[in-house]
Amino acid sequence: MSGTILKVKNLNVELDGEKVLENLSFEVKEGEVLTILGPNGAGKTTLLKALLGLLPYKGKIKWREKVKIGYVPQRLPFIKDVPMSVEEFFKLKGASEKETREILKSTGLNEEILKKKIGDLSSGQFQRILVGWGLIGNPQVLLFDEPLAGIDIGGQESIYKFLEKLREERNLTILLVTHDLSIVYKFTANCLCLNKKVLCYGKPEKLTTEHLTKLYRGEIKFYRHEHD
Amino acid sequence: MIDQFILSLISGIFISGVAGYLGSLMLSKRMSLVAGPLGHLTLPGVALALIYGFDISLGAFPFVILGIVLIWLFEIRTKLPMEALTAVVFASGVAIAFLFLPIGQAEEALIGDISKVSLGDTIILFPLCFFLFLVIKRIYPKMVLINISEDLAKSQGVDVKKYNFIYLFSIAITVALGVKLVGGLLTAALVAIPSATSRNLSRNLLQYKLNSLIFSVLSCTIGIFLFKFTNLPAGPLIILTSAFFFLISLVFKR
Repeated sequence: MSGTILKVKNLNVELDGEKVLENLSFEVKEGEVLTILGPNGAGKTTLLKALLGLLPYKGKIKWREKVKIGYVPQRLPFIKDVPMSVEEFFKLKGASEKETREILKSTGLNEEILKKKIGDLSSGQFQRILVGWGLIGNPQVLLFDEPLAGIDIGGQESIYKFLEKLREERNLTILLVTHDLSIVYKFTANCLCLNKKVLCYGKPEKLTTEHLTKLYRGEIKFYRHEHD
Repeated sequence: MIDQFILSLISGIFISGVAGYLGSLMLSKRMSLVAGPLGHLTLPGVALALIYGFDISLGAFPFVILGIVLIWLFEIRTKLPMEALTAVVFASGVAIAFLFLPIGQAEEALIGDISKVSLGDTIILFPLCFFLFLVIKRIYPKMVLINISEDLAKSQGVDVKKYNFIYLFSIAITVALGVKLVGGLLTAALVAIPSATSRNLSRNLLQYKLNSLIFSVLSCTIGIFLFKFTNLPAGPLIILTSAFFFLISLVFKR
């Protein structure tokens, strides 16, 4: 039942003549959560874009046939340029009223929010709406680009619990890009450390300080600690 | 013979309606700035039209297309922000026009003259504006998505290049028509102000595009009436009325 949903082999991406990704190979199984971890400029967003088919690449990216992918971008800086209600935002992706209601329920928001202007939402609500938008069309895979960006620390915990709940509810496979190490231990089954090349790939328990020093070039110190 | 005033009014309403509607799309991603340079770039074409006595919009159109191609090429080649690029195009248009535009005819080129519109013009304007309106209506939702995020649109399988092309082409026609109504200097304001007013007053997309269209048509109508009673030029009156509505909208901003 848990077959491979994505296979990447020798993926190379060049942007403006510069190598951004080199010889990436990894696999994602159905229902898995893969975290793609790396410092700024490591090519994480580039990898997501290549996976979505938005960038030219060399090598092989093979999704399971007819797989539906939902994409939740990092930021949408232009969305507040024009007034738009949540309902209209959902309709842009062709969500029916029924589907919209279902998604609101999964995302823990009530229907009053539909008439609200996107610009008036709190950052937490907006994050949930973005995730909800990714769920339109019932995808099997969700790609997240830094789902923590713009959310205050207090909210972080809950958005990951929320993603975990969604994953179970909808049998989703999740690919998550982040530079936040603590996420890896809380949430992920598998982890891909990226800095142009794959530096490590496997279960988070196998992450060593050596890997991380390499990954962040010694710029940060990492220690694992327990939260209350 | 139909009254010249009625012809001006009808033509004005058609043009301003389309300009206001399209303008609501152009407000996002700072595209409304693009209309400015494009308006200015039409000036050499308008100058030619005035000297050789053919339709102003016809003269303006090839120059807008040239402007759009230039802006598009610059954007691909240099990756500079659109605003910076349009400034280059903009100044060049004005400079070229004033090399050969007789100063006596400068006023019409700069601020338009809808009072000279003929019955033939009005008859052509009707289907043209209606068609343009339908095209904009058709691309509207996808363009909103593209304006929010091209990546998001592409991940939805939207052919961004195709839509951008239709969008820019619609802008070109609208600017060419706008020049007839308010001239090369003021065309940017014709598309930018009503949508800014509407943005202040609207809570959702539907209200926003409707209000933008309504404010544009209303400003134009009032402007042309003011022109009839004061005999001041119509173009500036239309734009000033529009600006007046904008100021009021600031008070009622939501």
